[in-house]
Amino acid sequence: MSAIPHPPFEPKNKFVKWVDSRLPIFGLVYATLTIPTPKNLNWMWIWGIVLAAFLVVQLATGIVLVMHYTPHADMAFASVEHIMRDVNGGWLLRYAHANGASMFFIAVYAHIFRGLYYGSYKNPREITWIVGILIYVCMMAAAFMGYVLPWGQMSFWGATVITNLFSAIPFVGDDIVKFLWGGFAVDNPTLNRFFSLHYLVPFVIAALVAVHIWAFHSTGNNNPAGVPVRTKDFETVQKDTVPFWPYYVIKDLFALALFLIFFVVMVFFMPNFLGHPDNFIEANPLSTPSHIVPEWYFLPFYAILRAFTGDVWLVQFVSFVTGGLVDAKLFGVIAMFGAIIAMALAPWLDTSKVISGRYRPQFKWWFWLLVIDFFVLMWVGAMPAEEPYATISLVASAYWFGYFFVILPMLGFTEKPKEVPETVEAAFDEMIAAKYAKKAKAAGAAATPAE
Amino acid sequence: MSDTMTDDASRRDFLYIATGAAGLVATGAAVWPLVDQMNPSADVLALATVEVDVSAVEAGTQITVKWRGKPVFIRHRTEHEIEAARAVDVGSLPDGDARNANLPAGSPATDADRAASEDGQWLVMMGVCTHLGCVPIGNASGDFGGWFCPCHGSHYDTAGRIRKGPAPRNLPIPEIAVNGTTITLIEEYKA
Repeated sequence: MSAIPHPPFEPKNKFVKWVDSRLPIFGLVYATLTIPTPKNLNWMWIWGIVLAAFLVVQLATGIVLVMHYTPHADMAFASVEHIMRDVNGGWLLRYAHANGASMFFIAVYAHIFRGLYYGSYKNPREITWIVGILIYVCMMAAAFMGYVLPWGQMSFWGATVITNLFSAIPFVGDDIVKFLWGGFAVDNPTLNRFFSLHYLVPFVIAALVAVHIWAFHSTGNNNPAGVPVRTKDFETVQKDTVPFWPYYVIKDLFALALFLIFFVVMVFFMPNFLGHPDNFIEANPLSTPSHIVPEWYFLPFYAILRAFTGDVWLVQFVSFVTGGLVDAKLFGVIAMFGAIIAMALAPWLDTSKVISGRYRPQFKWWFWLLVIDFFVLMWVGAMPAEEPYATISLVASAYWFGYFFVILPMLGFTEKPKEVPETVEAAFDEMIAAKYAKKAKAAGAAATPAE
Repeated sequence: MSDTMTDDASRRDFLYIATGAAGLVATGAAVWPLVDQMNPSADVLALATVEVDVSAVEAGTQITVKWRGKPVFIRHRTEHEIEAARAVDVGSLPDGDARNANLPAGSPATDADRAASEDGQWLVMMGVCTHLGCVPIGNASGDFGGWFCPCHGSHYDTAGRIRKGPAPRNLPIPEIAVNGTTITLIEEYKA
């Protein structure tokens, strides 16, 4: 499976041999666990394990919550309260599920920005990256539909606003929305189908995760230096790598333990910190809450959706050119989905031959500005649609698109990258040498006054 | 011999394409019910006619009726509100269409074409913002003394016409019949 030379699987156990000659499942597990992994991976390479762990947490808590939940417009809200008050440990399961979704998104954003900084999306890992974006889109669908299930005011009105996005599609938009609702408004049929799909999507995610892992096990992991592992023979490979088990598994589990501490603190001490009080009120189709806000992990893209109002000259221009077909509403929807598609296109928009941002002095500045931009968008997404937030969200949205469609393509030509180490081994030795030099310096500085 | 080959090949090609086409049609026919089940079901589509007695609604107040899962605003407008709505130049409106299901499509958005009665006292319309479907707040809200949508800041005037904000259209008027103080919501609401 792997292009990287790999120690052969030679089972001693008779049973394992018998099974493996019929279904090579032990060989697959062995190859996956012992995959030679670049030895210079830093702490930003832990998020994959965290994400896998939270997929399991969400599946496990979700499956048991379904045993007590009633997907009906008249009973859903009450059944969630039943879970919170009556079901043994139900409050814990529900809070773990709700906060687990937030942890999932914290990890995925860290994972995505890791990829953007170290060029993990670049040749030859484009398919790993695209599959990753698909997983992210599925996560958003699952999270959105899951938030509707408790049938509170935010559930209901969030569902109304988001499904109405599709009404912006010219000619067939209204029919599509009716199709999504199964009626003339968000109602019981909508709740039922969301429940069905909310149960389905995580399994799609699990399958995509397998493809994601398969893809980067074929190309080999990226690493902070961005240089490929040498694949001449197994001896050379060993100079650049360590086996995934036990080295990275133990490191990743340690990081996971720390992250789980953060998770349980959220669950036990501030379970509603990331929620909205309006969702403690049962859905009421006749009254809209005064301030509808999506969950925090949607805010950056929600801000982009709202940024392009009819006052923006670009929107007016596009509307004029298309004869009014693309109005402000459709423009906003296109911009929101475009912001995600821009990320998916990064492998082809980035023209630099250097993979890792570590050796790209100008890129670093733009990258960190993108990170700040992401948080600014998150902030304005939670604010009411008025000045000065409207202007800030417009500027921040413009930078998001500018980064992917202008800066990434241009930098490859204008930037003079620093010298990149020849091999992973060289990068690793450099890192160790720098660490010891720093230690020696600190020891020296501490020793001097004593003399 | 080469002739035979050509003949054979073309017959094969025909069978190949015919089988493929039949398979495609069969797949489509099998998948369609799986897709179509998501469309509104018969009970949802069943005509729901609602009769509303508005004799108790005083001037300057409004009631909200739930019809087909959506709110309908029925407002008894004051003289002042009617005057304000009639003073507006239709040419200056973002949406010049009356959006009135009782009138031919493309009727101008004058107040006379929006109001439910000739004296202009009654205004009946869907209480669903044409932006993203929130319920606007009534009781002379917003910059134009009509309705204001709290979600994304759309302002509607006293005739329910969009004046400011992201919403693209006027609040639509469903098919209605007015008989004294009884207003009947009829037929399917067409967005």
